[in-house]
Amino acid sequence: MGRVITFSDALNEAMKQAMRKNEDVILLGEDVAGGAEVDHLQNEDAWGGVMGVTKGLIQEFGKDRVLDTPIAEAGYVGAAVSAAATGMRPIAELMFNDFIGSCLDEVMNQGAKLRYMFGGKAKIPLTIRTMHGAGFRAAAQHSQSLYGLFTAIPGVKVVVPSTPADAKGMLIASIEDDDLTVFFEDKTLYNMKGEVDEEYYSIPIGKADIKRQGEDLTIVAIGKQVHTALEAAEQLVKKGIETEVVDPRSLSPLDEETILQSVMKTSRLIVIDEANPRCNAATDISAMVADKGFDYLDAPIKMITAPHCPVPFSPALEDVYLPTPEKVLEVVSELIDDDSSIAM
Amino acid sequence: MGVSEVQQTNLTSEKAKWMYQKMAEIRRFEDQVHETFSKGVLPGFVHLYAGEEAVAVGVCAHLDDKDSITSTHRGHGHCIAKGCDLKGMMAELYGKSTGLCRGKGGSMHIADVEKGMLGANGIVGGGFPLATGAALTAKLKKSGGVAVCFFGDGANNHGTFHEGINMAAIWDLPVVFVAENNGYAEATPFEYASSCENIAERAASYGIPGETVDGKDAMAVYDAAERAVARARAGKGPSLIECKTYRNYGHFEGDAQTYKPESEKKEHLTELDAIILFRQFVLQNGLASEDDLHVVDENVKKEIEEAVSFAEESPLPEVKELTTDVYVSYKE
Ligand SMILES: Cc1ncc(C[n+]2csc(CCOP(=O)(O)OP(=O)(O)O)c2C)c(N)n1
Ligand SMILES: [Mg+2]
Repeated sequence: MGRVITFSDALNEAMKQAMRKNEDVILLGEDVAGGAEVDHLQNEDAWGGVMGVTKGLIQEFGKDRVLDTPIAEAGYVGAAVSAAATGMRPIAELMFNDFIGSCLDEVMNQGAKLRYMFGGKAKIPLTIRTMHGAGFRAAAQHSQSLYGLFTAIPGVKVVVPSTPADAKGMLIASIEDDDLTVFFEDKTLYNMKGEVDEEYYSIPIGKADIKRQGEDLTIVAIGKQVHTALEAAEQLVKKGIETEVVDPRSLSPLDEETILQSVMKTSRLIVIDEANPRCNAATDISAMVADKGFDYLDAPIKMITAPHCPVPFSPALEDVYLPTPEKVLEVVSELIDDDSSIAM
Repeated sequence: MGVSEVQQTNLTSEKAKWMYQKMAEIRRFEDQVHETFSKGVLPGFVHLYAGEEAVAVGVCAHLDDKDSITSTHRGHGHCIAKGCDLKGMMAELYGKSTGLCRGKGGSMHIADVEKGMLGANGIVGGGFPLATGAALTAKLKKSGGVAVCFFGDGANNHGTFHEGINMAAIWDLPVVFVAENNGYAEATPFEYASSCENIAERAASYGIPGETVDGKDAMAVYDAAERAVARARAGKGPSLIECKTYRNYGHFEGDAQTYKPESEKKEHLTELDAIILFRQFVLQNGLASEDDLHVVDENVKKEIEEAVSFAEESPLPEVKELTTDVYVSYKE
């Protein structure tokens, strides 16, 4: 049964249900409970994660399965890789994706490669949940969107949900998956509400979702930018332009077919990715379409991304850093002059 | 914890007044930011240093502009103790173009390289190797400078702690590692997250001096830092000082702090307050009079008010600033 809950609560519910179902599922990270071993708290969490996403889990599952860690990302992410390889099904929370600098080896050289290097004789059913995204005034070291980095690594799956319902279903799918998955949560989406089924369900990793149907233009957008695309699409209706918004939901594997089908229908492609412009999801998807769908195109592929600079602190600059519906409209006007040109 | 027992001190009256002033500036700056933030005026995350003033000030009392410090996410106190401009700091917190980092860094990245303040840091544990590198420069360039790495009890469990300190030790670099053990890393207690009872004990494994002091007692910090800085300047290598302290506010603004016992909070805001303790010390030792300190208090109040007006009245950065300062040069 569906009811309207927040993105954050959808994630919380996904973890709760997955942990009830399988006792190998454990959660570890900094302050995922908070206040570990404080006398007056007992099994209560002071924080339940820095944004409260893991609130209440320690009450239900106890200290053995919900572990506050020291500030030691290399330590606990590495331990989670190995716990996964030896029989557990951990969820490791990397508070901000920017902290991957402290534990990239554990993901890139250990978790991602063990199975291959061991000739298929290991599996790493590990989910790394991590927060990303600009717009929170959190500045250069707490605002990046680093999914492109992981998409480049064979052995890692990459999920970037944009709605509460996708967040729940895809987190469950990530936990059930036998491979290492990095699961991205945009910090500015946590309070977003949407209809979410109460039951335990999963959404397959590698299946894009068409968030809006249209014939004139395809916009592929990543994470929160799906909403930028949808807003722009509403405004484009007034100009007689019907936009199809494709949410890949996972970047690795990438549902190439759904994207290509859409481009075949519309002949025009814009990709929105709030990450920096080089070697990101936008360049990856654009290159794929140029390679495999060039004949479908009637116009050059356009990318809307952040500029090639770190995320600035000042709101006056951060607001310009991010893609906006207005920027999308501008780019669309480069692709389509007026109503008449759509028909060509 | 209590007032330093040493009643005879070689601290000059001038230095004592400077220390009192810096501690008062930090407290008032942070109280002001706390208030402004709660009104929703300030963007982003802010981590306040109030309560820990004796640490930054007791250490920086031995430093000048040729010395550098690395700071943490809780960096305002280090900035002030190292002589950063209050107006430029406040403007940075507002994201204004007149800020120390022209609005690009904010509270978590506030810095002033000319003052030897190598930055607050959004990455816990980021400071250990950075301080070691600054000390390497000082040694190779024979500047006579030292580097101080301020870090938290939480950071002491990060891998960079080991790598940074070990390198400083094998190369006899002029670094002072200063642990600010305020008992918590976010909501996680030090006792839970660390396998040692005192961070200073870990110094032994690097063959360097390690000492635990009462970090609420500015003179205890001052004395320990004097020894460590002298050792560093003499080319004898790094030391570690652990200062047991307390943060008066939450981890960041908005933290309900349910993990702190009520009695503990109360005690630290009253009889264990670092500024009250230092005030008593200064008066008892005749280093300043009540009137002197009153004048300092009034000046500090004015300085902070001026910093706020400056920040409020300053312009936001222009849009073209977004992509400047990424490189020194870059072929487009
Ligand atoms: C590498 C890294 N991991 C985690 C964090 C999130 N974080 C910010 S401050 C903090 C706690 C730091 O505790 P401590 O070192 O004791 O400093 P304090 O806040 O008490 O001054 C954590 C976990 C971070 N910024 N960087
Ligand atoms: Mg601490």
